[in-house]
Amino acid sequence: MTLETFLSEKKPAIAEKWFHLILATYPADTSNFLKNQKDRFTNPVGHTIHQGIEEILDELIHVVDIGKVSPFLDSILRVRAVQDFTPSQAVSFIFSLKSVIREELEGDKNFAVSPGELRELDSRIDSLALASFDIFERCREKLYEIKANELRRMTFRLVQRANELGGEPDAESPPERKQ
Amino acid sequence: MATKVTTPKPDQLVTSIDFTPPKTGWMDTPTIIKPGTFCWGAKGKNLATVEFPNARDWNPSDQDWKLPENWQEIFLKGMEDLLGKYRSFKVFMDICVRCGACADKCHFFIGSGDPKNMPVGRAELLRSVYRKYFTASGKMLGKVAGARELTVDVLKELWYYAYQCTECRRCSLYCPYGIDTAEITIMCREMLNLLGLNTDWISGPVANCYMKGNHLGLEPHAIMNSIEGMIDDIETVTGVRVNPSFNRKGAEILFVTPSGDLFADPGTFTCMGYLALFHELGLDYTWSTYASEGGNFGFFTSNEMAKRLNSKIYAEAKRLGVKYIIGGECGHMWRVLHQYMDTWNGPADFLEVPVSPITGTRFDTAKVLKMIHITEFTADLIKHGKLKLDPSRNDDLVVTYHDSCNTSRGMGLLDEPRYVIKSVCNNFYEMPENTIREQTFCCGSGTGLNASENMELRMRGGFPRANAVKHVKEKHGVNMLANICAIDRATLSASMDYWVPGVRVTGVHEMVANALIMKGEKERETNLRGEPLPGKEGN
Ligand code: SF4
Ligand code: SF4
Repeated sequence: MTLETFLSEKKPAIAEKWFHLILATYPADTSNFLKNQKDRFTNPVGHTIHQGIEEILDELIHVVDIGKVSPFLDSILRVRAVQDFTPSQAVSFIFSLKSVIREELEGDKNFAVSPGELRELDSRIDSLALASFDIFERCREKLYEIKANELRRMTFRLVQRANELGGEPDAESPPERKQ
Repeated sequence: MATKVTTPKPDQLVTSIDFTPPKTGWMDTPTIIKPGTFCWGAKGKNLATVEFPNARDWNPSDQDWKLPENWQEIFLKGMEDLLGKYRSFKVFMDICVRCGACADKCHFFIGSGDPKNMPVGRAELLRSVYRKYFTASGKMLGKVAGARELTVDVLKELWYYAYQCTECRRCSLYCPYGIDTAEITIMCREMLNLLGLNTDWISGPVANCYMKGNHLGLEPHAIMNSIEGMIDDIETVTGVRVNPSFNRKGAEILFVTPSGDLFADPGTFTCMGYLALFHELGLDYTWSTYASEGGNFGFFTSNEMAKRLNSKIYAEAKRLGVKYIIGGECGHMWRVLHQYMDTWNGPADFLEVPVSPITGTRFDTAKVLKMIHITEFTADLIKHGKLKLDPSRNDDLVVTYHDSCNTSRGMGLLDEPRYVIKSVCNNFYEMPENTIREQTFCCGSGTGLNASENMELRMRGGFPRANAVKHVKEKHGVNMLANICAIDRATLSASMDYWVPGVRVTGVHEMVANALIMKGEKERETNLRGEPLPGKEGN
């Protein structure tokens, strides 16, 4: 059996354990809610994490195409980027996957993984983590951009009229403007 | 050769950091005031303008909040007064059975995962103080009876969480006892106000509104000037020059809208919508540069301040001698008007029950208030076939509708906006049932939380709403989020930008004006935003 087959078989168990580990980074009352509330509109955080890790695992089992996996990392990190986490806490959930998979390997006496395969898997997880740091950073940058845009939207017309009255030639008029 | 690996334990992999939060009870879990979640403290000069107590500059991230020496006495005296004045407050302090039905209904809890943001948790922060000072069991038994001393740290915690509640009332919908946590927050903010613990984002607009009539402090010429700019833009798009009047005595109708519509995109396009519609109808109406703000940030400080700021609306209606008032697309403005204006500033016996001059419909629902919401007015026009509409001009839009908490839960305005939207757009899809109408999710930035320094908090609170928008975007290709609230128009734009890029935000009357066929109009090439109409892209 290859590691790939092993991981495919164990995927439901891995996903479940990984999900629980991620939820454990929230206070107890919250993690119960995130775990048990199944309505995706009442529990968007739990739903997003759950769906995201399923998709990430699918990718990880085969080859990691960062382009493909990015949207799923993004959906989880976008949430964690505005919650009470430091960058390392926000991204830590990727590393916890290593321990989840190792536990599964340890628990299965019929399969022995080759060190090469394991190293390769670790490096795939590392590449997910690196991508995650970039995504997290982009989310944080987006917040700054939104603050700036909001200010522009709030004052656009004031500035525009002031410029027009002052004869400034560079005031754009809304009919030419795209939002 | 394949070998069995020795696996490090999970905690050995990330040895240096423990990500599991402590399992302490809420009273023993200290609150840390984190940047990104709170608004800057009020400026002394703004507090002084409206004679609010303890006027001084202060910063929530400083250790010293510059409280008066007898702050505890002031706070508790304030609490005693409010408990005596409002029976509902006393009842809400007493009757919660901690059943938990409200726990997962708050967008701030859902988005942040912070248990103190569960409505029951939020209320418990204040309830514990109530028990300590106002109940026999709390006085005697203390912590065992869920009571705690009002210390500076407790005060700070109360402040922190009173400004993480948008008073949206979603939680109250699910409480079997009808406990309204929004009211508890309102009371809490009022007590904090006694110590000058206001935010800059609220107290600045309050001071402006008190001095100049609107949140931005715009003087009459600036208001007229902005509307003149819109008149030019409407003419560019439609070929029709609209001609509104200002402060005109003897007009039949006074029109009042939030000042955000005058200056903030995309509200400005909604405002152009009002102007175009009223012109097309030949409505005998006037703007006021004095009652130039429908919104009321005073409502987020104290009952008395809200009343003072609101008084200009009836005063101006009286001065101008109008028959009744139409109000624009706003959220909290309507909650305030609908639930408080008559008690505060009424009776408006100098006004008449609103009757549409176009259809003859008498709005008996506004018999007391003498003020109707513009979507009621427009829905009635459409119902009577009084508008010539070409919805295909909005065919590039796939629209969904966000119910503002205030217009839906606060006044029951659910169907009129939908009726108007469906009459002017061909593509409309609802979001899931448990996220709309009475169950709507807050935008996450109401009650004066729409500052920029608390953007993380706003994004957390906005996530449940955005998540439902994302769903209809993926399912139906929704690209426009309509609403009838000025704060929504501003804050949902930010929320969409973060959570659901590709979905834009609009007021309902922007779409009305785009579909409206006006007398004498030229062949339109663009919509009010200056973007090509569907089918005119190549021109
Ligand atoms: S009123 Fe709204 S914001 Fe406040 S606790 Fe209830 S659900 Fe949360
Ligand atoms: S639903 Fe009502 S009674 Fe139940 S915990 Fe919430 S506030 Fe208390």
